[in-house]
Amino acid sequence: MEPHDHEPLPPAVAPVTRRDFLFKLGLAINGLAAALVGIPVVGYVASALVKDRGRQAWIPLGGLDSFPLGETRLASYRNPFTTPWDGVTADVPCWVRRKASGDFQVFAINCAHLGCPVRWFPQSGLFMCPCHGGVYYEDGSRASGPPPRGLFEYQIRVRANHLEVRGGQTPNLSEPV
Amino acid sequence: MNRIRLLGQWLDDRLALGRLYEHTIGHRIPASSASWWYVFGSATLVCLIIQLVTGVCLALVYVPSPDDAYASLEYLDYEQPFGWYLRGLHYWGSNFMVALVTIHMVQIFLFGAYKYPRELTWMVGCALFLATIGMAFTGQTMRFDQDAYWGVEIIVSILGRLPGVGEYATHLLQGGPIVGAETLSRFFALHVFVIPGALIGLLVIHIRLVLVLGISEYPVAGKHVEPGAYRDDYEGVVEKTGIRLMPEGGGKDLVFGALVLLAIVLCAALIGPKIPNGPADPTLIQTVPRPDFYFLSLFAAFALMPPYLETVVIVYVMPLAIVLLFAVPFISRGPERHPSRRPGAVIAVTVVLLSLFTLAWEGVQSPWSPDMDAWSGVPVQPRFVRGRSPLAHAGATILQAKQCRNCHALDGAGGKRGPDLAGVATRLTEDQLIRQVLQGGGNMPAYGKHLAPHEVTALVAFLGTLHPENQPPARSAASSSSSPTGFPEPR
Repeated sequence: MEPHDHEPLPPAVAPVTRRDFLFKLGLAINGLAAALVGIPVVGYVASALVKDRGRQAWIPLGGLDSFPLGETRLASYRNPFTTPWDGVTADVPCWVRRKASGDFQVFAINCAHLGCPVRWFPQSGLFMCPCHGGVYYEDGSRASGPPPRGLFEYQIRVRANHLEVRGGQTPNLSEPV
Repeated sequence: MNRIRLLGQWLDDRLALGRLYEHTIGHRIPASSASWWYVFGSATLVCLIIQLVTGVCLALVYVPSPDDAYASLEYLDYEQPFGWYLRGLHYWGSNFMVALVTIHMVQIFLFGAYKYPRELTWMVGCALFLATIGMAFTGQTMRFDQDAYWGVEIIVSILGRLPGVGEYATHLLQGGPIVGAETLSRFFALHVFVIPGALIGLLVIHIRLVLVLGISEYPVAGKHVEPGAYRDDYEGVVEKTGIRLMPEGGGKDLVFGALVLLAIVLCAALIGPKIPNGPADPTLIQTVPRPDFYFLSLFAAFALMPPYLETVVIVYVMPLAIVLLFAVPFISRGPERHPSRRPGAVIAVTVVLLSLFTLAWEGVQSPWSPDMDAWSGVPVQPRFVRGRSPLAHAGATILQAKQCRNCHALDGAGGKRGPDLAGVATRLTEDQLIRQVLQGGGNMPAYGKHLAPHEVTALVAFLGTLHPENQPPARSAASSSSSPTGFPEPR
C-alpha cells in the first residue's frame, strides 16, 4: 500500500457538503413555493383586467311612454354586471332625449372631461358640468369648457315598446360606453 | 421600590435596553441640530401615531361596503360613544400630517439637508410623502359620500386618459366594470393594509438612515459639504460638542409635538369631523363634487390648463415631477447648504408654494364652474331694471330663465364662468351682443337654437342698458346713425 492512498489530494472542486446542498435545496423549494403562492396572488389581483372588461349587454330603460316627445329626461338602470353588495352604486343614471317619436339619444351622465355628473337645463337646452365647467348642447356635442369631445352616447334599440341601451361599463376616454 | 429596580435590571439584562437607548433616542447629535427648525419630522410622526390609533378604532365600526358605509359613518357620528370625536381626530390628524410632512420636506430642501451623505434619506422621505398623499386620498374615499364617489370617478377618468393602458388601469383600480363594491374594498385594503404597511416599512428605513448618517448640522453659510471629508468632520463635531437626542436635544421636539397633538385635539373637539355630504348614490346628480384641501390645487389645475395639455400633463408632466423630486440630491450637487447661498432653491420653493396656494385658492372659489342654482336663486338686482322699458324687463326675465346667470354675474352676483355683465354694453355694440348670444364663442355656447327672435331682441335690449350712468354704451365706429346707442333707453 502506498502512503498517499491515505492522504487524498486536495480536490480541484470544493466538495458539495450536506449543508451547501440543503441550503440550495431550501432556496429552490422556497422559490417553487413562492411561485405557487405568488402567481395566483397576481392572478387574483389582476383578474379585474379580464373579469367583466368590455362586457356589454342590452339593458331596458323603461317604456317609450315614460319619455315625452321633445324632452330630455333623467333615467337610470341597474348595471347588469354587479354583485348584490354593490348597493346603490350599481344604479347608473343617464340622460334620455326623445327627438321624435322613434328617434332617441341616450347620453352617459359622466362628463367627457373627468367624469363628473352633468345636469340638463331644458330652458337653455344645455348640459352643464359642476366640476370644471364643461357645457354640452342638447344633442350631446361639446359647447364649451375643457371636455375634449361630446357626451358619451349609448347604442340604443327599441324592443317591445321599451327603450334599451347597450352598456355595462363606466365610460371614459379610453372606453367610451 | 427595590423590586421595581430589580425588574428593571432584569429586563435591561435580557433586552439590552440601555444599548438600545444609546443607539436610538439617546444617540449623540450636533448641538446645532437641536433647533426649532428641526421639529417637523418628529411632529409628523406624532400625527402618524394618532392616525394609527384612531384608524384601528374606526375600523372596529366602519363597514367598507357601498350598501353600509354611509350608514356606518352616520352611526359613528351620532350613536357610537366618542365616534364623532375619533373621526374628528382622524380627519384633523390627516390634515396636520399632510401639512407637516410638506413643511418637513420644504425645511429639508431649504437647509440642503438632502446633500451628501443623506441622498437616500431624502428619496425614502419622498416615498413617505407620496404614501402620505396616498393615505389622504384613499382616506377621503373611506368617507363614502358624494365627494368620495365622484372623486374616485375623476381618478378613474384620469387613468382612462393614459394612452394604450387606460382601459386596463381603470379596471384594475375599479376592480370591476363600474365604481362599486370592489372599488371601495380595494381602497379600503389600500388604506388600512397596503399603504400603511409600506409607510411603516419606509419609515423604519428613514429612521435607520437618520441614525446611521446622523442628523444634519444646522447649515452655516460658506461651510461646504465635501464628500471626502464630510463624515470625519461630522464625527468630530458630534464627538466634541454633541449632545444626546434625549433628553438634551429633544426638548423642542417634545414641546412642538405636544402642541401639534393639542391642536389636533382642539380641532377635533371644536370643529369636529368632516360630515359626509350625502350617500354615494350616482343617481343623486344634484351634487357639486369638491376634493379635500390637499387636492384643491390639482382640481384647479385641471380646470385652468388648456385642454390640449391635459393628457400631456397626466402622462408626462406629473410622473416627471415625481422623478425630479426623487432626483433632487443628484441634480443639486453644489457644496453649499445654507439657503442664503442657494438662491435657486429659495426661488424654486417660493414658486412651487405660491403656485400651489394660488391654485388651491382658485380651487376654493372655482370660478370656472357654473353656479348651477344662480338662474333660479340669484335675482337680477332692482337697480338694473328700475325705470327700464317693458322690452328690457322682458330681456331681464330671459336672462334669468335661460340660465345665463349660471355663468354670468351681475355686479358680482351669479356664476363667474363668463364675464360679469354689469357694464357689458360699454364693451359690446348691439350687433356684437346679438352675434355673441346667437353664435356663442370664446367659451360661450351658442343660443341661436334656444332663443326665438323676439327673445333675442328683448335680451339684447336689456344687455344694452347695462352700462354706468355716465358712460355711454359701445357703438360701432362704422355706424353713422344719429342715435349713438342704437338702444331704446326710455328715461
